Amino acid sequence: MSKIACQCKGERRLSLPSKDMMAAIAVTRFGLGARPGEIDAAKADPQGFLIDQIRREGADIPQDGGETSAQRFEQMRDYQQQRKIEREKKDGEGDKSAPQAAKAADRALRDKVSADFLARAQLATNTSAGFRERWALFWANHFTVSSTKQITSVLIGPFEREAIRPNVFNSFENLLVASSTHPAMLTYLDQAQSIGPNSQIAVRRRGAKVGLNENLAREIMELHTVGVDAGYTQGDVTEFARALTGFSVGRDNEDRQGQFVFRDPAHEPGARTIMGRQYAQADIKQGMAVLKDLAADKRTARHVCGKIARHFVSDTPPPALTARLEKRWMATGGDLAQVAKALVESPEAWDPTPAKFKTPYEYTLSTWRLIGAEPSAIERLAPILTGLGQKPFSAPSPKGWPEDAQTWASPDGLIKRMQWAQGFAAVVADRTDPNALAVQALGDRLTPPVAKAVSRAETRKEAFALLVMSPEFQRR
Amino acid sequence: MTAQLNRRSLLGLGASLGITVNFLGTQAFAASEGDLAKKKLVVVICRGGMDGLSVSPPVGDANYANLRGSIAMKPDQVLRLDNTFGLHPELTTVHALALKGEARIAPAIASPDRARSHFEAQDVLETGAAHVYGTETGWLNRTLEALAPVRKVEGLSVGTTAPLILRGKVQAASWSPGKGVDETARLPTLLQDLYKNDPMLGPAFARGLETETMAQQAMTAMAPTPAMNVAAASTPAMPGMPAPMSQNIANDRQNRAGSDAARKLGSTLGGFMIQAGGPQIAAISLDGFDTHAGQQGQIATRLSYMDAVLDGLHDGLGAEWKNTVVIAVTEFGRTARVNGTGGTDHGTASTGLVLGGALKKGGGIVGDWPGLADNALFENRDTAPTVDMRGLFKGVLADHIGVDRAILESKVFPDSAAAKPVTGLV
Repeated sequence: MSKIACQCKGERRLSLPSKDMMAAIAVTRFGLGARPGEIDAAKADPQGFLIDQIRREGADIPQDGGETSAQRFEQMRDYQQQRKIEREKKDGEGDKSAPQAAKAADRALRDKVSADFLARAQLATNTSAGFRERWALFWANHFTVSSTKQITSVLIGPFEREAIRPNVFNSFENLLVASSTHPAMLTYLDQAQSIGPNSQIAVRRRGAKVGLNENLAREIMELHTVGVDAGYTQGDVTEFARALTGFSVGRDNEDRQGQFVFRDPAHEPGARTIMGRQYAQADIKQGMAVLKDLAADKRTARHVCGKIARHFVSDTPPPALTARLEKRWMATGGDLAQVAKALVESPEAWDPTPAKFKTPYEYTLSTWRLIGAEPSAIERLAPILTGLGQKPFSAPSPKGWPEDAQTWASPDGLIKRMQWAQGFAAVVADRTDPNALAVQALGDRLTPPVAKAVSRAETRKEAFALLVMSPEFQRR
Repeated sequence: MTAQLNRRSLLGLGASLGITVNFLGTQAFAASEGDLAKKKLVVVICRGGMDGLSVSPPVGDANYANLRGSIAMKPDQVLRLDNTFGLHPELTTVHALALKGEARIAPAIASPDRARSHFEAQDVLETGAAHVYGTETGWLNRTLEALAPVRKVEGLSVGTTAPLILRGKVQAASWSPGKGVDETARLPTLLQDLYKNDPMLGPAFARGLETETMAQQAMTAMAPTPAMNVAAASTPAMPGMPAPMSQNIANDRQNRAGSDAARKLGSTLGGFMIQAGGPQIAAISLDGFDTHAGQQGQIATRLSYMDAVLDGLHDGLGAEWKNTVVIAVTEFGRTARVNGTGGTDHGTASTGLVLGGALKKGGGIVGDWPGLADNALFENRDTAPTVDMRGLFKGVLADHIGVDRAILESKVFPDSAAAKPVTGLV
């Protein structure tokens, strides 16, 4: 197997593996796994195959009805209203019958969340631009919103469509502002209700039941931008939270219901000092100025580029790779299209040794892609992902889903994958030629032991399950 | 394990492995090795920063009601422990055990981390290091490593993913409810062959198969409790799996279903631990304790699941409860004051629970209570820590599991000299 070699004569130069090997890597490591013929299509120019997927207008938009977060917000409010009415009726009149209308509304909302997730998975299985989709998924996980709150759950699909996907090849600053002002993030991280202790609202209500919530401010600094080791203090977090007061979501009786609003009366008056910088701006400009500075901070470049390298290449990526990404980030003011290009152009990213272990989402979708199919219903997908530990739209914390091998290659995780592979093989394997499929799935990454195991299998089912459970297929 | 190791054979084994006599010479064999091998330890990790002032509300503390404002509990709402402390009304199992002298609270316990970052604090809790990124292995795994020359101890985590606390050189088992492995299929054997040169997948898969076999036995032994299905795996009590999206309709029914599943999970874990060759040390994670807004309902649900897991574990262990210690801890506590949205923000010390039939009967709290006066709060904000949780871990590992004290200080909890072991619990 050809490896990246270091020719230590004068300037350090790295050699790339063969084009056939690069095609296999382009499709499996940078993308979502090979669809039939995809590795062949990438062979002429593997790097060009990926670079062509980078485009200013952003990632693809899943086809799921296209409701806006404002519409979803309104539907959720209607449902809550309905429930309130039915509950009061029940209490008052001793009516024990089930609240039918609210129940139906609840189901309808849940169906929409399911439809969002299914549409996203179908896009991932069908797209010929696997790298573009992976790049979008990386950012959706970086700016995690999760269905731990009911109101947030109905906004996750719209969040990805409105805030993430259009901006993933834009500037990081735009992506940061879009995510930090989206109703999904504002509800998930409790920002919508945060009120400055000396704001007009607080003064009017004499401090009763109003106050600061520092959750969004903390997670923006710790997770979305400079990172936890950037050296900020509790005081910086609190000051940033004060700067963000007023960032909220429009209520039922307001023009911008379910959309971002800035509530001046909730904003904490006065100048702020955050990480040594002064922010004398009034109103929304103050929070925006902090976001702009955080986006431009070199610690943000370091933190986020490290994550990109870990996501695509290795749990412990070569420092030279991270340095290249950081350099391009700083040289272009955080232009994410340029950073994506730098990733593809970095020879360290093409080391043929597969390092990354697929997450359950990546794993199952790559299996559908392998046979040129898509999950046809949420029931075909959600229970599998839940069983494998990655319940749809339910990242366990604002940090998002873990992406390291240690987490997912657990004894129980492997057993659950095998059980799923057996079941999946029982349904699809009889329509396939396992030996051809193995070549199609892995190209030059197929190793003799796996090819042999597949060819010696007793049945097509067994061969298929062996292929998708092989170390090569589970890694990228 | 073929034969029971005695001390003499251990000395020989230690020598052959290059273990110094000094280590073996100081090995604390208070009881016979056979007795120590029966002892069980379960660590419950409550993720998200569990609010200690909700777990064990200090209703007798003069400052409690004022600081907590809208979320303060009244003295008659809590399950009373003493003149100062009660327990959250959902913690009925814990309270019943406390009345029997089989549960204590540590109301001001914390890890050495002060960053108030979930992720850093969880890392520190699980690695047992003095600082974040101090080490990449978990302290329970290093415990297994330390015990390996003495006796083989099995570790198990509940859940599909492997928690940091059990990651390391020793391949620990993990398990979650599922449909079981078809033993007639050739696939497991073929895969073992395919993974034989893979340093990560090989050991993990082998361990997974062993655990599945044990799960079949554990669940058969516990009949008539029905075998758990995948649906149960999606209940909120499971690690990494938050509550279903709708908490509104039929809230009670869902909570009950969640509690039932949590109880079954606990009893299955207990069933595992009483198997011959079963795990002596186990870890289980409960998510969802990050309560920045509307805290009261959320934490009641979470605590009811935790209580149900503990109830199930108590049942599943049966007579072996007398050999068991359970520790429930979280990465950090929350602010002493209620925030503007009926919740609390990231804080410092929280309440740890120590339960088990192996505890010396009795009451009292673990560590001192610093009180909630403004000048007693940490940074005028959080409950101040009086106990380093590594001290609790060290005390229990030494006195209950029989881990050598010198090894605890040097290998399992490096740089923890300042964290005095909590002794006298067992």
